[in-house]
Amino acid sequence: MAEFAGGTDAALAATPKRLSTAYQNWYRFSRNPTAVIGAAIVILCILIAIFAPYITPYPKDVGAVVNFRARHLPPSAMHWFGTDDVGRDILTRIAFGYRVSLLLVAVVLGTAVPFGSILGMLAGYFGGWVEIVIMRLTDIALAIPPLVMALAVAAVLNPSLVNSMLAVAILWWTWHTRLVYSITRQIRTQEFIEAAETLGASKFHIIFREILPNCVSAIAVKTSLDAGFVILVGASLSFLGLGIQPPTPDLGTMVSGGAGFLPDKWWESVLPGCAILFVALGFNLLGDGLRDLYDVQDVR
Amino acid sequence: MTDRPLLEIAGLAKHFPVRNKFGRLSGVVKAVDGVSFSIPRGAVYGLAGESGSGKSTIARMIMGLTRPTAGEIRLEGENITGATGTRAYGRKVQMVFQNPGSSLNPRRTVGQSIAVPLDAHRLAGGNRQQRISELLDMVQLPPEFASRYPHELSGGQKQRVAIARALAVEPRLIVLDEPTSALDVSVQARVIALLIELGRQLDLTFLFISHDLSLMRNFAHEVGVLYLGKLVETGPTEKLFAHPEHPYTRLLLASVPVISAEEEAIRPALPLINGEVATAAQVLAGLAQNQP
Amino acid sequence: MSDALLSVRNLSVDFETYGQVNHVLNGASLDVPERRHIALVGESGSGKTVTMKAIMGLLRHPPATITGGEIVFDGHDLLKATAAERDRLRGTAMSMVFQDPMTSLNPVFTIADQMGTILKYADRRLGRVRNRRERLARVHEVLAQVRMRDPERIARAYPIMLSGGMRQRVLIAMALLSEPRLLIADEPGTALDVTTQAQILKLLKDLVEERGLALLMITHNLGVVRETSSYVYVMHHGRIVEEAETSALFAAPKQAYTKNLIASVPRLTGGTDFLALGQSDPEAEAEAEATT
Repeated sequence: MAEFAGGTDAALAATPKRLSTAYQNWYRFSRNPTAVIGAAIVILCILIAIFAPYITPYPKDVGAVVNFRARHLPPSAMHWFGTDDVGRDILTRIAFGYRVSLLLVAVVLGTAVPFGSILGMLAGYFGGWVEIVIMRLTDIALAIPPLVMALAVAAVLNPSLVNSMLAVAILWWTWHTRLVYSITRQIRTQEFIEAAETLGASKFHIIFREILPNCVSAIAVKTSLDAGFVILVGASLSFLGLGIQPPTPDLGTMVSGGAGFLPDKWWESVLPGCAILFVALGFNLLGDGLRDLYDVQDVR
Repeated sequence: MTDRPLLEIAGLAKHFPVRNKFGRLSGVVKAVDGVSFSIPRGAVYGLAGESGSGKSTIARMIMGLTRPTAGEIRLEGENITGATGTRAYGRKVQMVFQNPGSSLNPRRTVGQSIAVPLDAHRLAGGNRQQRISELLDMVQLPPEFASRYPHELSGGQKQRVAIARALAVEPRLIVLDEPTSALDVSVQARVIALLIELGRQLDLTFLFISHDLSLMRNFAHEVGVLYLGKLVETGPTEKLFAHPEHPYTRLLLASVPVISAEEEAIRPALPLINGEVATAAQVLAGLAQNQP
Repeated sequence: MSDALLSVRNLSVDFETYGQVNHVLNGASLDVPERRHIALVGESGSGKTVTMKAIMGLLRHPPATITGGEIVFDGHDLLKATAAERDRLRGTAMSMVFQDPMTSLNPVFTIADQMGTILKYADRRLGRVRNRRERLARVHEVLAQVRMRDPERIARAYPIMLSGGMRQRVLIAMALLSEPRLLIADEPGTALDVTTQAQILKLLKDLVEERGLALLMITHNLGVVRETSSYVYVMHHGRIVEEAETSALFAAPKQAYTKNLIASVPRLTGGTDFLALGQSDPEAEAEAEATT
């Protein structure tokens, strides 16, 4: 009956050679330019962040260094991206700025995604009052824009990297809850879940071993798309002075610091801005590519 | 005790409430309505019926996936109605689903799927891999299959994996819900041969649910014909096929496409109304005449 | 047999998946003469559906490529014909009865809307002019031809208001709208209950006979082959492995593959030896292996 599904199945059935799942995924991934370019950008940014102390020309410029003889230098062979108002190399500070941005992504998504996904699976699998409580909480949290929440948290607590991460993470899980909830609802009624139930599998097993693997691709797509947004939100917070405090290099802070010298000293804000755009674009392309790859429809 | 049937079902019923637009109870659908039968140890009992006959609901009640409205299910003399969630029970009754494509988790390997019952019932302990290979061997699949994903398997191979998974807990009764209806005939023949062999080797009892009467004729020892939640006719397979008494059984038999003149000779004629094949409802209302 | 209404000559189709090229059809040939009832039978993966899609022009270029052969309908090679010529033939002089009555109808339009639209496009391609009222009259006429008792009421209905059997009749009626000379039926009724399937097959048989149509029945069910066709092609791995008068094929199959296929079908008279079939030749097992 596989043939009714269409020609591709028939073609596969006639194939004598077995293709591994990993090979099939790699084949489709490598044929998807969006995903490949996105992945390349993301990997490049991560490598820059990790090896920043070794590959940057002026690693000392990370701290509160002042070098007035070199201030406001335009891009040149010495300083590819120019220097800022206290004479620090902008290229160096961008590389270190990626560290902060990617750390923000890792912490926010590293807490929000597992938390949100687990709540989504619980709500979708158990239904009843569990679903009502979780999904109404989600609705409430969804009603608050993340930036407003971050402003509120920063106003109550002190503006700092940790607090801004906290503020973003507090709201980010809701999207994953909604996504995973809708997938779980579809999967819950499928025969393989019933089969597992009749085989005596525990609820823990069904949620984490049967349902979760079927949500992973959608979560991966969503997470990748989210990473770009988290970087933008973090940069916005820094731009407003609510995020990372100087002298730690941060892309958002650099844009706002350089904005005072526009348009003459354009490199001081435009180039860090481009750096933000570059990494955010990388994550978005990767997410879009993965979405095509996995054929996930539900995600934004 | 020894000649007591393995499974006894008495007066089993499942009624679903029907609500109108305002959520008020406006009646009940009797999906299963007073069904009784029993299966001797080691036998294959066939439940034949079309969609809406209640055959799947009966399977779900025996598996403990749905609670009966009334009636009793006894396994080896023990009343298990409602006690179906317990682990000891789950070890005695297993099910092979109709569509192997959807009864295996697409994101888990064959080995992982077979390991589910082993882990759930803490069987096999440290010999998990060995036990998985043994189970695959029982369904005539090589041990390498443990690392494959369902989409890498043909339909027949998937159904073999589903059978291996059901065998993992060493059950007494296996409910087969249209196990071969999604398979090609030649694959079907091999899967049925496997089930017959396993039944003999492991002293298994089967409840075989199907709409395929030709297959039932060759596999089941006894057959019950279901129509709209009621058993309209039961009997030993040979007798029931040779001398069907109920008009619905005759209609079912008449509808089977056959491939030889011998079969045509024993098949009842299609009941017609104005040159058109009569529906089951018309047949039961006595409207149709069997034409020669 | 070049005077056949439809003649498929040495048709070859490749599919490209994951960078691998698979020869799905390897020079398949078949003829459907005027007014004859031909069956094309094969298991999943045999290429019968690909053949049907190639004839109807439903193959999508990536992944499918027609690498050779010709499909001649009424003297025109469809693979070389201009788009206008093809459109004039496909869906008009030859039309298709789809398999799944549940998904082949759009749930948001009435039967009259859907059939009216099809008729409008068929008319446009044939350069005929018909107004709304004339089209509706034609829809009623065709619904009556498929033995609908109250065509006006059926025409006003939405698909969800009709039973599976009624929807399958609507699909047959749709195929008849443009007064075709050849009907291509893709497993009609497989999604339905046996009794309903019997009604549909009888109706289809009566219709093609009384209207003098040619029929190409594409199916995996040998029983359906015997009941609906007079000549049969057996397809396996993209090749026609055997062709014969239907009665001759069942009486004395020549190829080992066909013999095994026929032996695999369970008989209503009993006596099918699954164990012998299950032991079967290692070649068949290897083949099952190859389908992974």
